Amino acid sequence: MALVKDGAIVEDPWTRVADEAALPDGPALVSLVRWRAQAASLRGHNHGLGVVLANDETVDEIAGDLERFDLVCLEFPKFQDGRAYSQARQLRQRHGFTGELRATGNVLRDQLLFMIRCGFDAFEVNDPALVQAWQRALTEITVAYQQAADTRRTAIDLRTGAG
Amino acid sequence: MASSHRIVTANRLRDGAVVYLTAEGRWSDMLACGAVVEGEAALAVLLAQAERSVADRLVVAPYAFPVTSGDDGVHPTQKREQIRAAGPTVHPQFARATGLPCATR
Amino acid sequence: MYRYDAFDHTLVAERVAQFRDQVNRRVAGALTEDEFKPLRLMNGLYLQLHAYMLRVAIPYGVLSATQMRRLAHIARTYDKGYGHFTTRQNIQYNWPDLEDVPDILEELAEVEMHAIQTSGNCIRNVTADPFAGVAADEFDDPRVYAEIIRQWSTLHPEFSFLPRKFKIAITGAPNDRAAVMVHDIGLRMVAGPDGQPGFEVIVGGGQGRTPMIGHVVRGYLPVPQLLTYLEAVLRVYNQLGRRDNLYKARIKILVHETGKEEFTRLVEQEFASMASENPPALPGGELARIRACFQPPAYADLPASSPEHDLALTQNRAFARWVKTAVAQHKQAGYAIVTISLKPIGGIPGDASAEEMDAVADLSERYGFGEIRVTHEQNLVLPDVPRKDLFALWQALETAGLGTANVGLVSDIIACPGLDYCNLANARSIPIAQEISERFADLDRQHDIGELKVKISGCINACGHHHVGHIGILGVDRKGVEYYQVTLGGDGTQSATLGEIVGPSFAGGEIVNAVETVVATYLAARGEGERFLDTYRRIGAAPFKEALYGTR
Repeated sequence: MALVKDGAIVEDPWTRVADEAALPDGPALVSLVRWRAQAASLRGHNHGLGVVLANDETVDEIAGDLERFDLVCLEFPKFQDGRAYSQARQLRQRHGFTGELRATGNVLRDQLLFMIRCGFDAFEVNDPALVQAWQRALTEITVAYQQAADTRRTAIDLRTGAG
Repeated sequence: MASSHRIVTANRLRDGAVVYLTAEGRWSDMLACGAVVEGEAALAVLLAQAERSVADRLVVAPYAFPVTSGDDGVHPTQKREQIRAAGPTVHPQFARATGLPCATR
Repeated sequence: MYRYDAFDHTLVAERVAQFRDQVNRRVAGALTEDEFKPLRLMNGLYLQLHAYMLRVAIPYGVLSATQMRRLAHIARTYDKGYGHFTTRQNIQYNWPDLEDVPDILEELAEVEMHAIQTSGNCIRNVTADPFAGVAADEFDDPRVYAEIIRQWSTLHPEFSFLPRKFKIAITGAPNDRAAVMVHDIGLRMVAGPDGQPGFEVIVGGGQGRTPMIGHVVRGYLPVPQLLTYLEAVLRVYNQLGRRDNLYKARIKILVHETGKEEFTRLVEQEFASMASENPPALPGGELARIRACFQPPAYADLPASSPEHDLALTQNRAFARWVKTAVAQHKQAGYAIVTISLKPIGGIPGDASAEEMDAVADLSERYGFGEIRVTHEQNLVLPDVPRKDLFALWQALETAGLGTANVGLVSDIIACPGLDYCNLANARSIPIAQEISERFADLDRQHDIGELKVKISGCINACGHHHVGHIGILGVDRKGVEYYQVTLGGDGTQSATLGEIVGPSFAGGEIVNAVETVVATYLAARGEGERFLDTYRRIGAAPFKEALYGTR
């Protein structure tokens, strides 16, 4: 498992903490279930705090607390299950989340561009070789017909000189 | 009446053609060349061979189907496999001759 | 019609290069079939019974003569010399090699065509009224919006891995020739309170295993809000559509299980949020740019009637019979809309040889402005034929074998490829269509019977649209033998109705007799001017059941 950000494999400072386990002395990634149960005490954690959302959990639940999270993890149990794309856009565009938005699960090269356009900026991948395809995956389609969570100017923007 | 004789088939990766696994472990586009097996153990051997062919990027989606095997040759019991072997019934110009014996080439 | 600008050209070219790389990686083993399959499906490439099948998009059924010639070229060069026009206005090739597909796509891109998203769990080809822009009964031209939706839905990053496929249809006329009531989203153009054009939005229609008529979730949606509203519907579906069961994954199931009121509330809530957080997805400048592509062509100032044409009608009975079925009223005086039947007696419905495609391309230029349409009933349309030229056109069509005077009649059958070609099928459909066609070959008899839409599907996925056939036929497998179930009274137009099953299925050798029985029952009971559907609606299924099975 490798963490990829900006086209490079990076160290992952985060610890995914099981619901029953004690928090580490460092950035802690907890489940939504734990956040619901222990939000008050978790807020006091002295290091970074992150939350993992299952792809059938609703983003609205954490929308009011986003300033407390440095990391939100979303899941692709199978790459064909595209629910996290919607969650990602809602976090970025509706709720203004500015922290790290990480894709986990079945994260593959051929979906990278869709993920980035929906606002993901970090990727837990099984195959580190994915970084070699990174640049290509990001640039092989340069035209975007529709607005999403990224800052890419759409074809409409470019046609009308807007954006 | 269920047949206990089966042949393993797949589609060739590069052109999607219907192919049958032979006793020599090759893939032939002739039904008559397909290895006819009886029983689960023999079938498991063929399917394992088929999976190696998948990994080798020769074929996709292998599976077994029932046939009758006798003096008049090998015949699929299911309409779908009869059509796969013989070609689309509405385009006789694309028919494949299933009555021929196996020709090794 | 729409012409690509630099951005459109770049996108299809990049998409071809991307797919070429994906094919190379697949062949080299860097992609498994599981990883490759959704990618190839999103480029229209299926693996079928005998070979790969490539479904090329014909956006909202509109193509130019140049594009039709390219389709013919591809049939000749990479396939077996023919193609098949489908019930979603696309074309299918049945025999491409995997490694040729990137080249095929490149040749398509040269003429502004592609196979993007013609399969896969994503938004598919948007279909529209094949008479769009020329129909006399049209309120507004749906092609404008179909093109807008096409671009918006292409490589949409949020909606490329939906629970299941997603199909949108749009009509600009009250006579619905796009079957909007049986699509995931149907759009019907209507006038708003201020007279401005907008859309009635219908969600949750569909055929297949559990056919349903769609529900109106919004009675009037102003044009500028179209894309934002579609995003809202798609997002609700993406997040809440079922992913646990392939057969319950369409939006129609979500609407059914959630309930229309709650579903509408969810959509409107999402729409309200989206509208407030984003700039409009459809700016006026882009709408104007696309609308400008669909201005009427340079019509000649022709008199409404043509004496030569009228004379030919009286002098040539075969011509008159063809006009009766093939010609529809055009909004421009002196012009006509011509439907070309791809259902020759005993032929394969919807198939066209490369030669026939070239012939239609030539005719579209000689008798029109080089534009052709594909209908969802697997026929072709020449949308702008001067009435005075109809006789010459008909003669040319007859020479090309494309002059069958059966559009809308019993031998104008819609049939899916069925078990002859399709991996999903339980029974063959094409031979049944051929037999029915031959049984009813006599044109006098067909014209006497009148409008009768026979639709045949080879399995429950209903690609032949049998649920909305006046006579629907569903092929089933009973203990390894092909049987055929009959439904009656289906309708895909604005009076949308799902056909009713009449009784036990018929053996392959009996189904054509059953169709004869149904027709005979109608003829015996029909009132003055009643089409089959009218008589069925008046007398119900009982007389037909009695005739078919001898019981009620």
